[in-house]
Amino acid sequence: MKQRKNWILLMLTLIVVLIISACSSDGGKDTSQGTTDGSTTDVPQAIVVRVNDDPDFLDPHKATASISYQMILNIFEGLMAPETDGSLKEGLAESYEISEDGLTYTFKIRSGVKFHNGEDVTVEDIQYSFDRLMGKNGGEKMSNNFDNVASTEAPDASTFVITLKEPNSNFLYSLTARQSAIVPKSNDGKHNENPIGTGPFAYVKYSPGTNLALTKNENYWKEGLPYLDKVTFAFQSDDQAAIMSLMANEVDLTSVPWQRVSEVEGSHTLSHQNNNSSLIVTFNETKAPFDNVKVRQAMNYAISKSDIIDSVFAGYAVPLGSNMSPAMGDYQKMGLEKMYAQDVEKAKALLAQAGYPDGFKTKITVSSHNDMYSNIAQIVVANLKEIGVDVEIEVVEWGIWLDRVYFGRDYQMTTIDLTGRASAYEILNDYISTNDGENFFLFKNDEYDQIMTDVLKETDQAKQIAYYQRAQEILAEQSAAVYIADYQIVWGSDKQVTGLKSYPFWFHDMSEVKFSN
Amino acid sequence: MMYIIRRFMLLITTILLVSMITFGVFQILPGDPVRTMLGTEADPTQIENLRSELGLDRPLYEQYSDWMKGLLTGELGNSIRFSMPVKDLLFDRLPVTMSLAGLTLIIVLTVSLPLGMFAARRQNKLIDVSLSTVTQIGMAVPSFWLGMMLILYVGMQFSFFKISGYIPWSQSVSGALSTLILPALTIAIPQIAVNFRYVRTAILEQIQLDYVRTIRSKGMSERNVMYKHVLKNSMIPILTVFGLIMAEVVAGTIIVEQVFSLPGIGQLLITAISNRDFPLVQGIVMYITVAVVVINFIVDILYSVLDPRIRLR
Repeated sequence: MKQRKNWILLMLTLIVVLIISACSSDGGKDTSQGTTDGSTTDVPQAIVVRVNDDPDFLDPHKATASISYQMILNIFEGLMAPETDGSLKEGLAESYEISEDGLTYTFKIRSGVKFHNGEDVTVEDIQYSFDRLMGKNGGEKMSNNFDNVASTEAPDASTFVITLKEPNSNFLYSLTARQSAIVPKSNDGKHNENPIGTGPFAYVKYSPGTNLALTKNENYWKEGLPYLDKVTFAFQSDDQAAIMSLMANEVDLTSVPWQRVSEVEGSHTLSHQNNNSSLIVTFNETKAPFDNVKVRQAMNYAISKSDIIDSVFAGYAVPLGSNMSPAMGDYQKMGLEKMYAQDVEKAKALLAQAGYPDGFKTKITVSSHNDMYSNIAQIVVANLKEIGVDVEIEVVEWGIWLDRVYFGRDYQMTTIDLTGRASAYEILNDYISTNDGENFFLFKNDEYDQIMTDVLKETDQAKQIAYYQRAQEILAEQSAAVYIADYQIVWGSDKQVTGLKSYPFWFHDMSEVKFSN
Repeated sequence: MMYIIRRFMLLITTILLVSMITFGVFQILPGDPVRTMLGTEADPTQIENLRSELGLDRPLYEQYSDWMKGLLTGELGNSIRFSMPVKDLLFDRLPVTMSLAGLTLIIVLTVSLPLGMFAARRQNKLIDVSLSTVTQIGMAVPSFWLGMMLILYVGMQFSFFKISGYIPWSQSVSGALSTLILPALTIAIPQIAVNFRYVRTAILEQIQLDYVRTIRSKGMSERNVMYKHVLKNSMIPILTVFGLIMAEVVAGTIIVEQVFSLPGIGQLLITAISNRDFPLVQGIVMYITVAVVVINFIVDILYSVLDPRIRLR
């Protein structure tokens, strides 16, 4: 019996030890970090932001995924900087001038800006960055955005001039950190292992699959910013697990799945961001039956935007009528979302006119990387059944979706959200018939192509807007896709976090974020 | 000695076969690593640059033979998705998975052995029958569900437990335990159920044998009968099952690391597969193959330790 008592005693001790260590644990955040700054006494200025996935590259010229820029735009800056309303302001350029013919852009470079390694930003670094992007340093061309650039030069130590071959009213948008971050020449060859920029936060460490750690840039050129000492982007792919981490206080900011918003409503700050993406159900428009515009229009009449918005997004979405979200302000053509109110009879009539009075069979191919897509597909199946169209759902991995649907164009129907860009041109250029890379719907419309060519030559903003609005009308009339919605991202954050900004694209701007009491 | 050499040869053949199968499967699988990584926003220039940079534009046999050459010199190549050496990625994550597997095995052993003996000695009594029923359920429970339940009803209730992430042992022992106990329990519970049943059966078989009656009639205490004779003699079948359980645990870490966001090998494997990151998948598959072969090797050696009549040939 004695031995058994020892055994019990041992177990008891273990349990007691566990309980004691449980009581002494402090919730996981190190409290040692605190600034002596008066405004932010004793609240640790360290934030943990949950992000769905790893960045593809830390090198700002190599990265393409929006998820990467969501993080690394805190490290890098360009000549121009994005604003929350989709417009642009000066970044590393203090001011700029555009010549009357729209070909020459002259930038005056801000003085006294330092890279994270302490070096001053010089025109050589700017020259180097553009040369690297254009493949003029002996390396490969890294971007197509600058094909239209005739020359770049630095006439003096604070001036940088870019000359274009043809006027392009959208060119300034290629000069933010998203497209052309300014990186130090001295860091050549190490931009991915040890990224150095001029942004409010400096790179510390990247642990694949775990997190990306950034620290405060003490020499940041914007006086008094940033407030945070430490930013950690923690990678967690599972939305449901992420919200539990938020509740357990292990992360301070994460997106909240729409159906679970009520669970964090009282305990956390919620902010809604119009994603500026366009969620669409689309078709391969070169294959029957979807090569017939009447069939596409019938799809538009049959599929109910409100069914999808209510059941998939729990109402957190704005209906769309074309490939442009209200987040784009004046650029969006309003009212198009009412063009195809759900109307089963009209849809059936259109199908009959197109030669399919009894409907047809088809397949919708969706990616499995987000439940959203298969949820939408289910509603599409139900909606289309009513007009006699029999849809089979095929769920494939993201990699296969990209291969087969996006690049291979071997599909009938699919659903996807097209990520928002800051520029209306880059949003709408997916539908240009010569844009082989992005026009996976294989949409072709001569008027559309013409408008998109003309708009680049137009310098007057009001006229540009008129062009873009007409382009949106064409997409709606031609039913290039069924435009469903721009869903909102609901961000849940710790109640102490203030200063979050939302942009019409993915960017966790941490520069003005702080913890307050 | 001959035995060890033979074992080693077996390991090499296994690795060769496994790597060829993985490589073959990867050729059949649709999906492209570069496109998957760059997504819908890549422009064609970037895709092509990256592909030639990674050497993915070379013929298949060349890619495979290069990889094989690297393996022989101890190089596993570079990961496509993370642009860093596979070796670094593996070694970063090995401690997490090893700790998880180790802790799981300890839990399985310390619970299932005493429990199995306890139940065997009370054969067909109420407690034995109810334990058998409970373990039946334990075996049937899927581990991802169990993990979610533990997060909800244990992790969220007690601030000691972390429901995601990992804290290294070197940083804090209680921290490491706080991140590992729940995932270890998640893998352990179904395995405890399996092992419990084997222990119980093995001991029951021994108890009925003549030698037990003889030593009992000699007046040996019941404890000595159990520990010195019955348990020792039941160890051979238990060990066989235990070897299988170890392999199960290695596999179990893959799902559980995903549920608890533990940055271990399993999580890395899932990322690698969905990104078609061939060098990384090969590296991880090599690790799992070596681990399983080594476990079997250890089990074989333990046989001969437990029962000297068994010779390693």
